[in-house]
Amino acid sequence: MSTTVIRIRGLTRTFRLSTGPVHAVRGIDLTARRGEILGFLGPNGAGKTTTLRMLTTLLPPSGGEAEIAGHDLVRDPAGVRRRIGYVAQSGGLDLTCTGREELVTQGRLHRLDRATARDRAEELAGDLGLTDLLDRPAGTLSGGQRRRLEIALGLVNHPEVLFLDEPTTGLDPGSRAELWQLVGDVRDRHGTTVFLTTHYLDEADALADRVVVVDAGTVVAEGTPTELKRRHAGDPTASLQDAFLAITGRGAPEAPLAV
Amino acid sequence: MNLLTDTGVIFGRALRATLRSRTQLAFAMLQPVLFLALFGPLLTELDLGAGGSSWQVLVPGVLVQLTLLGGSFVGIGLLMDRNTGVLDRIRATPVSPLAPLLGRTLRDVVQLLAQSVVLVLLGLALGLRAPLGGVLLGLLLVGLLAAALSALSHGLAMRVRTVPEFAAVANTAAMPLMLLSGLLLPMTLAPGWLDGASRAVPLRYTVDAVREAFLGHYANGTVAAGVAVTVALAGLGLFAGALAFRRQPA
Repeated sequence: MSTTVIRIRGLTRTFRLSTGPVHAVRGIDLTARRGEILGFLGPNGAGKTTTLRMLTTLLPPSGGEAEIAGHDLVRDPAGVRRRIGYVAQSGGLDLTCTGREELVTQGRLHRLDRATARDRAEELAGDLGLTDLLDRPAGTLSGGQRRRLEIALGLVNHPEVLFLDEPTTGLDPGSRAELWQLVGDVRDRHGTTVFLTTHYLDEADALADRVVVVDAGTVVAEGTPTELKRRHAGDPTASLQDAFLAITGRGAPEAPLAV
Repeated sequence: MNLLTDTGVIFGRALRATLRSRTQLAFAMLQPVLFLALFGPLLTELDLGAGGSSWQVLVPGVLVQLTLLGGSFVGIGLLMDRNTGVLDRIRATPVSPLAPLLGRTLRDVVQLLAQSVVLVLLGLALGLRAPLGGVLLGLLLVGLLAAALSALSHGLAMRVRTVPEFAAVANTAAMPLMLLSGLLLPMTLAPGWLDGASRAVPLRYTVDAVREAFLGHYANGTVAAGVAVTVALAGLGLFAGALAFRRQPA
């Protein structure tokens, strides 16, 4: 039995604008194994979010193919949607809505019946430390609590693959560390594959088993954080930032936080 | 079957959001209520050339006005859901692709019909007298129109990026529609050229038919034309809305 849950070949996306075609993604190849945390790293405009939107079926690819959790992205997008969770950069919370209502609705959209959806909301709240916050409107939660709720929404269907788009952008250092812990726990407990995009090199270093660096819409480097440092900065104790600089030939778009 | 269940789930979510924002509901009602209370009494002594009392002319106009103004702008809520990632979160689930459109549109129809009932009751208090069957037929037409405009408005929300852009298009479309369809005063008062121009506006047929229904006239050409145009408009609006939801914005 194959343990590869993400297999992407030559994925491309071209936007046709009035000013001419924009090749946002020029050809991405990558694979991820079950239970792997994959960091998808790149400067602004590298095509990270476009790739993520394709892999979550929100944007049809212009070319290439991908298989996610055993379902073909183009031929069976509904099959893919059943097996993935997606947390967008903008979060996707209605701030007037309570966490419980959103979790139950999300469960219903995954075709759980009412009672099962309610139980699942309770269960997730327990797992993610949201039980006491469940009946408060999302707008009254702190940034870190909101992120936990967003991740809970992405986990309603026990996904095989969880896609996180810049999950810690805007969080304070304590909440970031908490979130890393949480993502690690989800993987350890459920064997979930996590595909996360990030700007923050320290995040990739702390969290990702393997890092894929994209630039200008293609994969330019790939490996464990240690391998990348050794290969591109010449020293496994160098910072991932040095490796990133060497790979993309420019600075990281945002300097990592000095925590 | 899934489409029905999914539409129901989206409808419930949208309806709860509406019920949470009661102040917004009240403000949406304010304008038509003021039209009835402060404009209506001006007409009672006038001959509007339509037979019946002036209330049988004005109340249908105000109902269609509420639907036009309320229905055109419902897309703003969807635009907010797009910009906050709520729609993406929903669309990355196995939900039927059309359920987000249909569930929201259904909510808008229910909301506008509830508001219409309140307006009719207020009209009754002010002096409206109309047969129940006619009022029900009128509400049916208003509901169909609400579906058409709401679906179109959601379609527009899928094609623009910002609220100012949305408001510019919606305003530009709604204003001439309102004036040309004879909502406030019937086109029987209009000079020939204006009456002619208004015949190119589908809403004109809806409002004329609602007025006929409120007068207790059901089996005539005006009602038939109004029903046919409004049904066609609802079909067209839902089709255009569905198209906008299907095609991925770049």
